[in-house]
Amino acid sequence: MSSLSAKIKDAFDEPACDKNRGKDAKARKEGCSKSLTPGAAAGGCAFDGAKIVLQPITDVAHLVHAPLACEGNSWDNRGAVSSGPTLWRTSFTTDLTELDLVMGQGERKLFKAIREIKHTYAPPAIFVYSTCVTALIGDDIEAVCKRATEKFGLAVVPINAPGLAGSKNLGNKLAAEALLDHVIGTVEPDDPGPYDINILGEFNLSGEFWLVKPLLDRLGIRVRACIPGDARYRDIASAHRARAAMMVCSTALISLARKMEERWDIPFFEGSFYGISDTSQALRNLVRLLVRKGADPEILERTETLIAQQEAIAWKKLESYRQRLQGKRVLLNTGGVKSWSVVHALMEIGIEIVGTSIKKSTVQDKERIKQVLKHDKHMFESMAASELYAMLSEHRADIMLSGGRTQFIALKAKTPWLDINQERQHPYAGYDGMVELVRQIDLAIHNPIWSQVRQPAPWDCQPELIGELPCTRNETAYLFDEFACATAHEC
Amino acid sequence: MARILPQSKSAAVNPLKSSQPLGAAFAFLGVDGAMPLFHGSQGCTSFALVLFVRHFKEAIPLQTTAMDEVATILGAADHLEEAILNLKNRTKPTLIGVCTTALVETRGEDCAGDIANIMRKHTQQLAGTEVVLANTPDFDGAIEEGWAKAVTAMIEGITRSGERARHPKKIAILPGCNLSVADIEHMRDMVESFGLKPVILPDISGSLDGTVPDRWVATTYGGTSVEDIRELGTAMRCIAIGEHMRRPAKALLGLTGVPYVLFQSLTGLQDTDRFVSLLSSISGAAVPARVRRRRAQLQDAMLDGHFHFGGKKIAIAAEPDQLFQLATFFAGLGSEIAAAVTTTDRSKILKKVPAVSVQIGDLGDLESLAVGADLLVTHSHGRQASERLGIPLMRIGFPVFDRLGSQHKLAILYQGTRDMIFEVASIFQANQHAPTPEALDPLRNREISR
Repeated sequence: MSSLSAKIKDAFDEPACDKNRGKDAKARKEGCSKSLTPGAAAGGCAFDGAKIVLQPITDVAHLVHAPLACEGNSWDNRGAVSSGPTLWRTSFTTDLTELDLVMGQGERKLFKAIREIKHTYAPPAIFVYSTCVTALIGDDIEAVCKRATEKFGLAVVPINAPGLAGSKNLGNKLAAEALLDHVIGTVEPDDPGPYDINILGEFNLSGEFWLVKPLLDRLGIRVRACIPGDARYRDIASAHRARAAMMVCSTALISLARKMEERWDIPFFEGSFYGISDTSQALRNLVRLLVRKGADPEILERTETLIAQQEAIAWKKLESYRQRLQGKRVLLNTGGVKSWSVVHALMEIGIEIVGTSIKKSTVQDKERIKQVLKHDKHMFESMAASELYAMLSEHRADIMLSGGRTQFIALKAKTPWLDINQERQHPYAGYDGMVELVRQIDLAIHNPIWSQVRQPAPWDCQPELIGELPCTRNETAYLFDEFACATAHEC
Repeated sequence: MARILPQSKSAAVNPLKSSQPLGAAFAFLGVDGAMPLFHGSQGCTSFALVLFVRHFKEAIPLQTTAMDEVATILGAADHLEEAILNLKNRTKPTLIGVCTTALVETRGEDCAGDIANIMRKHTQQLAGTEVVLANTPDFDGAIEEGWAKAVTAMIEGITRSGERARHPKKIAILPGCNLSVADIEHMRDMVESFGLKPVILPDISGSLDGTVPDRWVATTYGGTSVEDIRELGTAMRCIAIGEHMRRPAKALLGLTGVPYVLFQSLTGLQDTDRFVSLLSSISGAAVPARVRRRRAQLQDAMLDGHFHFGGKKIAIAAEPDQLFQLATFFAGLGSEIAAAVTTTDRSKILKKVPAVSVQIGDLGDLESLAVGADLLVTHSHGRQASERLGIPLMRIGFPVFDRLGSQHKLAILYQGTRDMIFEVASIFQANQHAPTPEALDPLRNREISR
């Protein structure tokens, strides 16, 4: 475990992370994740985090070395999409039994499992994940992977991020380390070019990267590797030959971006494809980096032309929602709003932000929120489920945008809700994605169910009518209409 | 008698199982005011929670002792203590159901001893909350075992022991984990129609039936009350449903002397007839007219439906009791069980499954055994196999995350059997292939068959 603890220490010391730099040495040592309170903890473990980052690599076999639960309870459960291979959705686990553990057969079973996968599926690589139990019994997955790589002649990559090591966020970072140690730079591409880029931390949820990629194609920019969304193993293995990189999901893969810059001189910037101005800014930053690295500067102007066109179209589409959404109050309850331009675009068409969580926000983020919201009191670190429920059931917001974890708080409070985290059903990236987000907000708020489900049962608010129910059918129908009208206005 | 084929692979491909602690938590969720607690690292809980939510589309109370590296090395008793006290303070549950995981069991911790210590140390603070332990390592068993262990633990930990004065109309019912919310609601109606008073443990129809409460509740709201569990010993008779419920039924018998009757399945005409006859004899009441009517409806559904079932090849993957329930249903309508895959070789029911063999394995096994079948029957994870093989999938069991309302689907007694006949016949009709001259050509394939 010594190398694992070194990795963890390394992960918690991130010079490219503003929040990390803002801490003193002692606080930094304690890591990014707050220590968990037994009986009051939520969220995934390091293994979960590692798998989230790596599993969207579509042609790799992901083999989980564990008793059943780690994989059996969690496979095929995320919304990333592939344009080709489907192997990543096939679940592989050594499913260790009591006998395996007692007899110490873990490593042998793992080796055999690798062989079975190699023979049946012939993938370009197998990623092997360690977990709590296999870490505890001391299975040396690195040795097994090394041996298997030699013996079978394919990349067998150890992913050393057992759940007990810490949080999901740590797992993200450990996954990035595994890519750096074992994958990136192992294959030389035969076609490097001056317009090659990497996109880091884009998961292609609901296929949303496909809303952006055509824009890059139009500009002649080639995505060497999108890590991990819709990726192929070889793309990632040759990602070190890209000229520039964009880092999308900020907390997850910043160390990957920084280390790729250090090792292979690939400059990067932190950007977002959520929101109109952010998408434009991302495109600008990408071409600027490419020009800096030697691309023809004429691309700058072409980019501006494309941006101007696309923005105009998007704003025109959004404008048509203004009348329906003006003055609607949105509660943003998500770990970190990755993009301020989403907030900006919502406000641009007249939507109010009545509150936002600042749990994962940096100091700069908080400053921005203050400017946007005007009231500090609308910022909250985290809200207890009961408080959130109270706020929503008193209709202090017209819709909540959040992740699945708080979905049922909103729904049980009979409040419109839209998923903006990883399980979401709709693509929100790029110009069209922003329009889609607003469309979904509109659909959610104006669904006719809300007035119906908020209506109390008629017998609960007009008890005196119960005794007067007539006995013939026609009369009932007639009276029921009146009855319904009365309740609709008076309850 | 079916031959049981052991698993021979090292890599499980597309697991059929969900984990044992998940099964235990599932059972605890059928108790009013309950809070299941996983004793392990937070990921164990997070995965189970997400899976429950995907299936039920409900907020699910489930907490974790959040073991970290230090607790893994030095022992996790203080994490367990802190978790129990935190839960008590924050959510005031009437029951905390502790489910151990592979992590804590691999360490070999004495969780029962730890809980006894915690209860002793904080007697006052924990008054009004039962703490029950199910030893459910992930490396053994699956949902069925976890569920049965949790029910056994509740009976052993909460039910008042000793022979008690019996309530002549009271029936204790211990349903297996393969019964849906609708199954339990329907069964209760049926039992009540004989003038009997059923106490159902666990009763997920009270807690996981998807309602909109008028306030925010952190624990379960609805389900069997702890008081009812305490008083199980006053029942006249216990009815257990599913072979895996034999253990809790025996525990109740041993503790209180309440005799039990075990039904391995409540699906199908004959098993329902036995059940109804039993209710009639316990209550001394005649079978109500509406129950007779349901029976006639089932007879008719069988007559109308059997055309679609005869000779069909069915591939089923499910936990043992559900496998038995489904296989006997299909075989009873003239279908052939072409593939039967299950999670464990421990269950005695497997030998009775009407198939040549039962493979212990996963959905990868199902996929290879099901080639040429007419219908796949398993939970939602069967969707990939269904797509690849081009064979329709009937979704049943846990988890069903890509269809709504599985908890409200009825599969037992006359009415549930009737509904299931219609569902399957409809799937077959929707996937019918029109005859083609090529397929019917009498000279085609003659050589092969010679």
